[in-house]
Amino acid sequence: MSDPKDLNPYRPLVPGPRASSPQADLVMPKSEEETMREELEHGILFTSVEKMVNWARANSIWPLGFGLACCAIEMMAIVGPRFDVSRFGAEVFRASPRQADLMIVAGRVSIKMAPVLRQLYDQMPDPKYVIAMGACSSCGGVFNNYAILQGVDKIVPVDVYVPGCPPRPEALIHGIMKLQEKMMASHVQLGPARKAKGVA
Amino acid sequence: MSSLTHERVEQRLREQFPGVSFERQAGPAVRDFTLYLPVDSLVEVCTFLRDDPELDFAMLSWLGGVDYLPRDPRFEVVYSLLSLSANLRLHLKVRVADEQLRVPSVVRVWPTADWHEREAFDFYGIEFTGHPELIRILLPEDWVGWPLRKDSPLGYEEVAFTHNTPDRIKPSPDLKKLAPKKVTYRAH
Amino acid sequence: MTLNMGPQHPSTHGVLRVVLELDGETVLKAKPIIGYLHTGMEKQAEYKTYTQSIPQTDRMDYLAPLSNNLAFCLAAEKLLDIEAPPRAQAVRVLMTELTRISAHCVWLGTHALDIGAMTVFFYTFREREKVLSLYDHICGARLTASYFRVGGLAMDLPKEGFLERCEKFVDEMPAHIDEYENLLTKNPIWLARTKEVAPLSARDALALGATGPTLRGSGVQWDLRKAQPYSGYESYDFDVPVGAHGDAFDRFQVRVREMRESTRIAKQAIARLREIGPGDYRVRDYKYVLPPKEEVKTSMEALIHHFKIVAHGFFPPVGEAYQAIEAPKGELGFYFVSDGTPRPWRMKVRSPSFVNLQTLSTMVEGRLVADVITAIGSLDIVLGEIDR
Repeated sequence: MSDPKDLNPYRPLVPGPRASSPQADLVMPKSEEETMREELEHGILFTSVEKMVNWARANSIWPLGFGLACCAIEMMAIVGPRFDVSRFGAEVFRASPRQADLMIVAGRVSIKMAPVLRQLYDQMPDPKYVIAMGACSSCGGVFNNYAILQGVDKIVPVDVYVPGCPPRPEALIHGIMKLQEKMMASHVQLGPARKAKGVA
Repeated sequence: MSSLTHERVEQRLREQFPGVSFERQAGPAVRDFTLYLPVDSLVEVCTFLRDDPELDFAMLSWLGGVDYLPRDPRFEVVYSLLSLSANLRLHLKVRVADEQLRVPSVVRVWPTADWHEREAFDFYGIEFTGHPELIRILLPEDWVGWPLRKDSPLGYEEVAFTHNTPDRIKPSPDLKKLAPKKVTYRAH
Repeated sequence: MTLNMGPQHPSTHGVLRVVLELDGETVLKAKPIIGYLHTGMEKQAEYKTYTQSIPQTDRMDYLAPLSNNLAFCLAAEKLLDIEAPPRAQAVRVLMTELTRISAHCVWLGTHALDIGAMTVFFYTFREREKVLSLYDHICGARLTASYFRVGGLAMDLPKEGFLERCEKFVDEMPAHIDEYENLLTKNPIWLARTKEVAPLSARDALALGATGPTLRGSGVQWDLRKAQPYSGYESYDFDVPVGAHGDAFDRFQVRVREMRESTRIAKQAIARLREIGPGDYRVRDYKYVLPPKEEVKTSMEALIHHFKIVAHGFFPPVGEAYQAIEAPKGELGFYFVSDGTPRPWRMKVRSPSFVNLQTLSTMVEGRLVADVITAIGSLDIVLGEIDR
């Protein structure tokens, strides 16, 4: 019995019209795209729960409204009409960290603000992501002095760094798209947290 | 708009406070009219400047500290006054030494001085006597030190480059593995 | 009850923290706590030359970056006792007024968004995008332009198309301002939320040092562009709107009318630029300002000046200067103390929002909690310049 993971998840369970033709073995094997298109025409798509959950998570990111400085204005610009981020499902900027899953650290993080940032990050429920937008949150940027934290990755784990001072709204959207790719490819544990096997 | 000039302001001040030594700041590139005052007469002079109907310096634009480190007295506090009716700006300066870092607060003359004095305290440690709540304003409350003094460091953090991290493990990348994968953007 | 309106809040326009003491819904005391964006710009300016500090100023009031650049350059020019040539002055006036329009657009969008009128946000950001694309055209950067230099501009206007695009924008802007007013000015909800809310008397405003639309909304006729003009403003024809009662609605009216006046000034500046024609965009004082590249390639003195200015920076005289401009938020001033070296000995920034925010506690005492949001919005503060 072949391992179910090796089988094409999009393979047709019902043989399509071409498979039953006498010339079937001379025809190119169907690509994933074709089988998926056929499935969609039938109205049914087969996929794994993980892929579906990842797809749902990636296309409905709810960012936390955490604009600090100038990068916040470019972040507001992506909500504006010209660079519309609601195409990507991310226009709902939540005010409360308990309801957000992406923290876009837009702007310079001062030493006074760092504990607040960490507290907000801790208040966000899993799965949570952080985009360090701009040079100041990636590495301290223009300001290398006593007052600015040299990179927000000193206190929170960062998934995507978007360089720029400030990055153009297109660049931030590119960063969000990269994050979407990361989410699509990730293996996120579904269901309640279970103790590892072998531990009493 | 009255035709008040800086010289007239100085004349009125000298008339009103004969015991106080006003000194005009000299120098070819001192672009604003600046008067030095002794510290003790500060509040009186400011009250007079604000209340006198001819002078009418109703607004304190800002006040700030300056540190002239090798010089003694080390610090100066600059007050920039603005008279709207006369359309005139006046700068007053007070010199304070490091050992006696106290200046009377002008919060009762112009309430706007509240935050400016807190900022000067925050940056230089200048104590303004009579201020209602002299605590740090821009830096965290538990910060130690007076950052804008000339003997405080900038706080520059050495950026890690390859030439100043000698003991790092030199990476030997497997270029085949690092070759960029072809990414297909799928229409989700 | 003490309520903390924390540094992370959708309506505080940045990282402002306000500690409110409440009795039910009534505010007894409001204490703003700032410093969450403190960047040490004044300390850092002592370690950089004047030209190197210009990009820092962009990041102060990041909604009106060219205003900050202008204040910085004017203060440095006052210290050096040089004056930018007429073409540079006209470009400065044009770009500063466009900046004022864009800053007021953001203010209106976010203020309306806080109060609940979401549509205005999208409309004003659409206009703002046009101004930002003009910035992009003139100097390459959308937000942090750093287009002005001590003695003039960083580079000349683009060879073609820029003035036409400006004119097109300035011609269609009054219609857009009419759109915003249509949505808000006679809207009963807007009137209920802003009329007689967050009042500030003229006496309090003066005592607390407020400037800009906050002061003019309370009835005091004071605009630095008229009183102590700079960069050629005395030759432009415009009015300065003044409010009557000092409530949030008056400040709103003052700013919207200021947007209209800015389009007037911008139109005049474009006409002035067409009249002046091509010319110098930097002062020809090579001790302080970079010489033009053609001269650097041919003249030895120009080469040496270029080298000195780029390698060390220019050497200003020993002295000090303070110059203030009428930024969109109020009186923005830079105070330089120079010790003769290319790095300033002290740079002090008088930022309007820092002073205007002090009026918050006076404005909301005895009012409702929701009025705090209106008050913060109508003050038009930017934390970047409060905290520097």
